[in-house]
Amino acid sequence: MSALRRLLGDALVPAVTLIAALLFWEGATRAFRIPRFIMPAPSAILSEGWAWRYRFIEHSWVTLYETLGGFALSIAVGVPLAVLIVYSPLLRGAIYPLIVLAQSVPKIAIAPVLLLVLGYGEMPKMVVAFLVAFFPVVVDTATGLAATPPELLDLSRSYRASAFKTFLKVRLPMALPFVFAGAKVAITLSVIGAVVGEFVGSDKGLGYVILSATSYWKTEVAFSAMILLSLMAILLFAAVSLVERLFCPWLATEAEE
Amino acid sequence: MIRLDSVAKTYRTRRGDLVEALAETTLAVGENEFVTLVGPSGCGKSTLLKLVAGLVAPTHGSIHVREQAVREPFPDVGFVFQQPVLLPWRNVLDNVLFSAEMLGLDSRHYRKQAGDLLELTGLAGFETKYPRELSGGMQQRVAICRALLPDPGLLLMDEPFGALDALTREEMSLELLRIWEERRKTILFVTHSIPEAILLADRVVVMSARPGRIVRVITVDLPRPRTMDLEFDVRFKAHSDEVRGLIFAGRRERA
Repeated sequence: MSALRRLLGDALVPAVTLIAALLFWEGATRAFRIPRFIMPAPSAILSEGWAWRYRFIEHSWVTLYETLGGFALSIAVGVPLAVLIVYSPLLRGAIYPLIVLAQSVPKIAIAPVLLLVLGYGEMPKMVVAFLVAFFPVVVDTATGLAATPPELLDLSRSYRASAFKTFLKVRLPMALPFVFAGAKVAITLSVIGAVVGEFVGSDKGLGYVILSATSYWKTEVAFSAMILLSLMAILLFAAVSLVERLFCPWLATEAEE
Repeated sequence: MIRLDSVAKTYRTRRGDLVEALAETTLAVGENEFVTLVGPSGCGKSTLLKLVAGLVAPTHGSIHVREQAVREPFPDVGFVFQQPVLLPWRNVLDNVLFSAEMLGLDSRHYRKQAGDLLELTGLAGFETKYPRELSGGMQQRVAICRALLPDPGLLLMDEPFGALDALTREEMSLELLRIWEERRKTILFVTHSIPEAILLADRVVVMSARPGRIVRVITVDLPRPRTMDLEFDVRFKAHSDEVRGLIFAGRRERA
């Protein structure tokens, strides 16, 4: 009971603030007769978004698919890269500058070239999403793997455990919280990457909807797509946090204490 | 059991400077002997433990354990560090079993021993708790159980009670003595605390820093089993004065 009350109390202030802001927005657009293609009222966004619901479901699926593909790639490539960097000084010297270089190139700038090379379809958008998202995965995982207490490494060595066994039983689980920290950043970046890819050239997805809706002055539709994108990013972030809680249950109680 | 013959260790720092962690050292430790190493920071105490464990190679001299030359880590060693370094995702029992697992032993066969050890260290009933639910002293007990599980002949302890509060520390020292009475082992125990060094040891090795070297080895002639009351014993006082004198004499020389 008291937990429910606390939850309501925690949610009350943000909820009231949000509703007040929406009411102010609604009132302002009506009072000042702002043209709907410049700043549509929340009610207009809602009704237009509802009218588009079936098309939105289709486009959301495309963007979600691209985002998840890019995210999966960033984990599948980022974690092994981090392992190589931590375990081999030679590879660290070889790979690290390349990764930093790849990170320093603005992804929006290479997206057109990428699409030129890879063509249309979802796959190139996944690659853009991957390029935007993989850096925090590599850096955080590498930091986590390097943060194993030296005593534990000495202990494993004194028990003559193989490097692989030490990796599986000690270093990787020790690094998991760091991997998840990187993954949480990566999942939201993947959404951005997918939309950037769609901006550059596509005929599907929420990014495409925003671009085409604004060029036809259908600002309500663009706003609806933006809201859907934010919702998608929030839900994906929550999903990664949930998986983190399942994999690292010891972190949750630590944070609560 | 352990024999160090003019063992020395020099490290090369990242900048390429040579640092002499341990100057030529000769020491013999008998079977089931409890030896404490006491001295200021940087006197090579921890280096000496790692040398004995085969974790680092000496730059000079040779180390023998049970007449076998030490060139690499060998399984007959248990390690306890200043920090318990338990695995947070494992419960107490699985943390104790970690050593058997890493040694490549079938940990199922060690569950009973693990339970007995937890019983011995007063942790019975805590098997399914997680490290975060335990106090610092209890965590260190788990670390000791982990080291004892494969029943090693040699226990290396690197300031194991250094991070605990003074009261827990005294309690743990006495408990370690009790465990050692029950399960005799050769123990090399590094500490910064002079009373702790004397209370525990058969012999106290007094070391000085830069370069690390042995100043004197003192045989403690106090009866066992020992209790905290010994601190008021005249012989205890004489020993601690001697150790303190040696450590601070070393400091004055350099000043």
